Amino acid sequence: MKVSITINGTVQSHDVEPRTLLVHYIREHAHLTGTNIGCDTSSCGACTVHLDGEAVKSCTILAAQADGGSVTTIEGLSKNGEMHPMQKAFMENHGLQCGYCTPGMVMAAIGLLNENPKPTDEEVRLGLEGNLCRCTGYHNIVKSVLAAAKK
Amino acid sequence: MSITQERTTNVIGQRMLRREDPALLTGEAKFVNDLVIPGALHLAVLRSPYAHARIKSIDVSDAASMPGVVAVYTGKDLHSTWAAPMPCAWPVTPDMKNPAHYPLAVDKACYVGDGVAAVLATSEAASRDALDAIDVVYEPLAAVIDLEDALTDRTIIHESIGTNKSYTWNLKVESAEGAVDKAFKTAAFTVSERYVQQRLIPMAMEPRAVAAVPQPFGGDVTLYSATQVPHILKVMTAITLGIPEHQMRVVAPSVGGGFGSKLDVYAEELLCVALARKHGAPVRWVEERSENTQATIHGRGQIQNIELAADKDGKLTAVRVRLIGDMGAYLQLVTPGVPLLGAFLYGGVYDLPQAYDFSCTSVFTTMTPTDAYRGAGRPEATYAIEVAMDALARTMGIDPYELRKRNYIKKEQFYDAAGNPVGYTAFHGLNYDSGDHLAAAEKAMQHADYTGLRKKQKTQNVPGARKRLGIGMTSYFEMCGLAPSRVLASLNYGAGGWESATVRVLPTSKVQVVTGTSPHGQGHETSWAMIAAEKLGVAPEDVDVLHSDTAIAPLGLDTYGSRSLAVGGVAIAGACDKVIDKARLIAAHQLECAAEDLEFAKGVFSVKGSPDKAVPIAAIAFAAFTAHNLPDGVEPNLEAQYTHDPKNFSWPFGTHICVVEVDTETGKVDVLKYVAVDDCGNQINPLIVEGQVHGGVVQGMAQALYEEAVYDQDGNLKTSNLAEYLVPAACDVPPITTDFTVTPSTTNQLGVKGIGEAGTIGAASAVMNAVIDALSGLGITSLDMPASPNNVWKALQSVQGGKQ
Amino acid sequence: MIPAAFDYKRAGSAEEAIALIGQHGDEAKFLAGGHSLIPLMKLRLAQPTVLVDIGRVKDLSYVKDAGNHIAIGALTRHMDVEKSPVLKQHVPLLAHAASHVGDAQVRHRGTIGGSIAHADPASDLPATTLALGATYVVQGPNGKREIAAKDFYRGFLESALAPDEMLVEIKVPKMNGAGWSFQKFNRRAQDWAIVGVAAWRNNGTSGVALVNMGSTPVLAAAVSAALSSGASVADAANRAADDAEPQSDLNASVEYRTHLAKVLVRRALEEASK
Repeated sequence: MKVSITINGTVQSHDVEPRTLLVHYIREHAHLTGTNIGCDTSSCGACTVHLDGEAVKSCTILAAQADGGSVTTIEGLSKNGEMHPMQKAFMENHGLQCGYCTPGMVMAAIGLLNENPKPTDEEVRLGLEGNLCRCTGYHNIVKSVLAAAKK
Repeated sequence: MSITQERTTNVIGQRMLRREDPALLTGEAKFVNDLVIPGALHLAVLRSPYAHARIKSIDVSDAASMPGVVAVYTGKDLHSTWAAPMPCAWPVTPDMKNPAHYPLAVDKACYVGDGVAAVLATSEAASRDALDAIDVVYEPLAAVIDLEDALTDRTIIHESIGTNKSYTWNLKVESAEGAVDKAFKTAAFTVSERYVQQRLIPMAMEPRAVAAVPQPFGGDVTLYSATQVPHILKVMTAITLGIPEHQMRVVAPSVGGGFGSKLDVYAEELLCVALARKHGAPVRWVEERSENTQATIHGRGQIQNIELAADKDGKLTAVRVRLIGDMGAYLQLVTPGVPLLGAFLYGGVYDLPQAYDFSCTSVFTTMTPTDAYRGAGRPEATYAIEVAMDALARTMGIDPYELRKRNYIKKEQFYDAAGNPVGYTAFHGLNYDSGDHLAAAEKAMQHADYTGLRKKQKTQNVPGARKRLGIGMTSYFEMCGLAPSRVLASLNYGAGGWESATVRVLPTSKVQVVTGTSPHGQGHETSWAMIAAEKLGVAPEDVDVLHSDTAIAPLGLDTYGSRSLAVGGVAIAGACDKVIDKARLIAAHQLECAAEDLEFAKGVFSVKGSPDKAVPIAAIAFAAFTAHNLPDGVEPNLEAQYTHDPKNFSWPFGTHICVVEVDTETGKVDVLKYVAVDDCGNQINPLIVEGQVHGGVVQGMAQALYEEAVYDQDGNLKTSNLAEYLVPAACDVPPITTDFTVTPSTTNQLGVKGIGEAGTIGAASAVMNAVIDALSGLGITSLDMPASPNNVWKALQSVQGGKQ
Repeated sequence: MIPAAFDYKRAGSAEEAIALIGQHGDEAKFLAGGHSLIPLMKLRLAQPTVLVDIGRVKDLSYVKDAGNHIAIGALTRHMDVEKSPVLKQHVPLLAHAASHVGDAQVRHRGTIGGSIAHADPASDLPATTLALGATYVVQGPNGKREIAAKDFYRGFLESALAPDEMLVEIKVPKMNGAGWSFQKFNRRAQDWAIVGVAAWRNNGTSGVALVNMGSTPVLAAAVSAALSSGASVADAANRAADDAEPQSDLNASVEYRTHLAKVLVRRALEEASK
């Protein structure tokens, strides 16, 4: 079936099988490989992107469901060669190690601040409940998000 | 060799931001599954649904005729492809039993997840679809999931070896024959404890992924793999497949965490290479998470019996340890060696006399093979001694910190009578390079306000209290920086423990560092550049670090066992020294002086006493490149390779304190505070050091409170995905207070020790000691991990008969 | 990770969706937010051959004040239930419970109707609407009918919905200032509850329902009965598991679940009584 999704401002139209998940559409058809797959139970959040402005798990949405929608991936955050303030905050606070959960974590964190611009430490932790990281122990991720909120 | 380097540029020790980050933060970084490989075929592996079953027949005809399917292979089809079984590099004893293990099972499947057939198709979806169409007839056999049951040989898993026992390994050290028995007979206090180290699933966020790209006419194969060990993988792939080693290249691109689980040689790596060569086409495979939980190694899996003997003051007089190690269905790369890595740590950080008796018997079971998982043997050992120390303190009725203070190896014991740092030679003969346990412990106590907590505990933990406060501590030693090659030889390990580095100053004075370490989250590019910048007096930005591709960095032993800095980083410093030595000859030639008259600081050679007579290393690099005017006998170019074989392990140490509150109604444990004071000697980049501690602590805490690979009686893994296997999220763990003491290592020129595993080594016991401390007033003195609400509640029921 | 192949049909209206399901029979499934169904399909535990996507039936996403009750369109997302000012004012228990479903990403996609129609005893909203005495409006080829929440749940993942019927609206009585509490007990915040309790109390009446205490969401009728006959909170809470048939699983034995239900019901009633 034909699916058209605006990804990072560019309309992408591809003929795909109905079972194509949004994450596969992004990675294999739009060739944007920054969005990662970390599980098969919608648990880890590595595949988090924004769909029509909200953080979603792209492994749990069919590309067909997102047809006509607008998606922002990690590749769409930087502007004019400058990283997004959230990306910078992660770098400045050592909020990543292996970097595999990071694109999803950053997208979730931006989504969190969109809905709650001045969260407490606890609200950040709860707000990121859908994203797993195995490297950082979350300490510096929380620090990064709080730092971004202050910017 | 001086312990602490004179700081010439002050790069080392700075909280420098990581150069790895921009690529990882923007999606630019490429993990294996991100690589675009035209024409690649997709591999999918059919896995046994039975823990133990004879394969009666496999019918692949339906699968082979499905759209997109190129070929389907069974274990029998491919048997002649393998030049050797899959490798186990650590035959710990001469009589260790190691049944042949092939990438696809032939006659028998020995765990749920054991590969029995392979599909090659033109798309990932087609390869997965075809798995459902393969018809395998199994004859199910009894599963073996209990270690003590396995030892009875009631059900033999591998008929070829006739037993489920793989080996028994002993380490008995006695000052005189019978010293251990005597110590136990004459002890004022003894404790005898049994602990179960539950199986854990490493769960690196990136599942494994492999792509093999053959050049059928060129003869070479490039293997891309999400591995920690490209160098080891290259050798082992060559041996297992009978490929000339010089025709194998292994590349580990961005790798999304490993924690030991990617320190291995896996069936899918061998299948991809073999099938790529067979079909003359690239073959790739990506692991699904539910597959990862079964097809990638597990960690831990030990039953520990530990006995302590102590005199009337609580001073340890002997330690006796009996382990049963769960090998799983087969021996993977270093499976049998894991318990041995802990064998030297059951004396903890204590001044134990030569009265030590350790024995480990390891058995096969019908579960996923175990192997190294963050800490590998050492968290288990630390857990046993540290939880047993708390038991001893309870038996004696004294404060657990007081007991530890009476037993710590004292700072002065690391020095000889003349005050020279000679290290402390422990009961087992290994030398602890440096340490100051009391200093680290005191600092942790201050951060936690230990005295205040104990007071609060007295008022809070009254009879009937709904929430009880618990305080737990652990003082640990980590034996890391694997490892001196000669020590490895004595443990029968199949390789050395050195690491290689090449440092090259390019004509424009930019620097290339080539390392044999293979990072997957540790920030080596940043830290290694800092080391070279410090040594050579150049800006870190002018140093590039090359790694993880055996064509670019042909020599190396990779990244595991907290070895990268203590071995690989020191190798870089050594290579820099060689570069400086060579540059000194050229500088002396240019300045017309003797090489000995030159001093080197901040990247400039100058004549001692005449600072105006000077030449920067940049000018020398260019001169070495043009080679127009070099001293006789000096080769062009400014480059040196150095291989560092450490003369000792490095021994980081520290004290962690955990504070919990246990809800006695629900059994839920809340961690209120966690303090980690670690000492890893000199720190190259404190930002990265702290990050390693945070992550390590949470993994240890996760073992204590959340994680367990649960099997049912039939050998099915019940926690086979991230919805069931509880890796904690941000809201499930507390912030971590980190601090450090700095006691430089005396055995390497940077004064550094490893820090990658320290957090994990300290945390599980600190958390469990806190939980037991909260409940000991109610009569609970032992508790299995994880301390899940259900387990805690069950323990409460057992002591209170259901009455709260 | 890759679902088995299926046909995809997109419905523009409830009528069209019902007609499509009717055409394709038992192997067809409605797809709303997909956050119950797609995870099962990725593990190939569900392999429908046709999916009828109702996600674009926009007129089924609403929260309306309908006098004595609030009408919620079945396709209203958890996040919209959570944030709805109308629900926060009139049915705060439901808005609060919705904030505990899954995680933020899940709440952006999952719908209240999807959750209820999936009839998972471990989900938060089936039990919560049960406690609140909700009525579900379902539509089939012959029009609409109403099913009381207490009559809706028939077994594990089984409901009173006929295969060609679609849940279109949830009617929730206003709470009229009742005290309430939502207790969700789990090991990890993102997970389903090991045991959950939704409870409210108002002038001698009450509603208590349990999450994950049986093959269906459980109405703890014995607790409410005890309360109305004047029992103390503690005594009433001891009746928490009377109507339940809890199962054991990785996180809880039957005994522990039973115990937890009593503790959590007591805590819920204490909070609701404030």
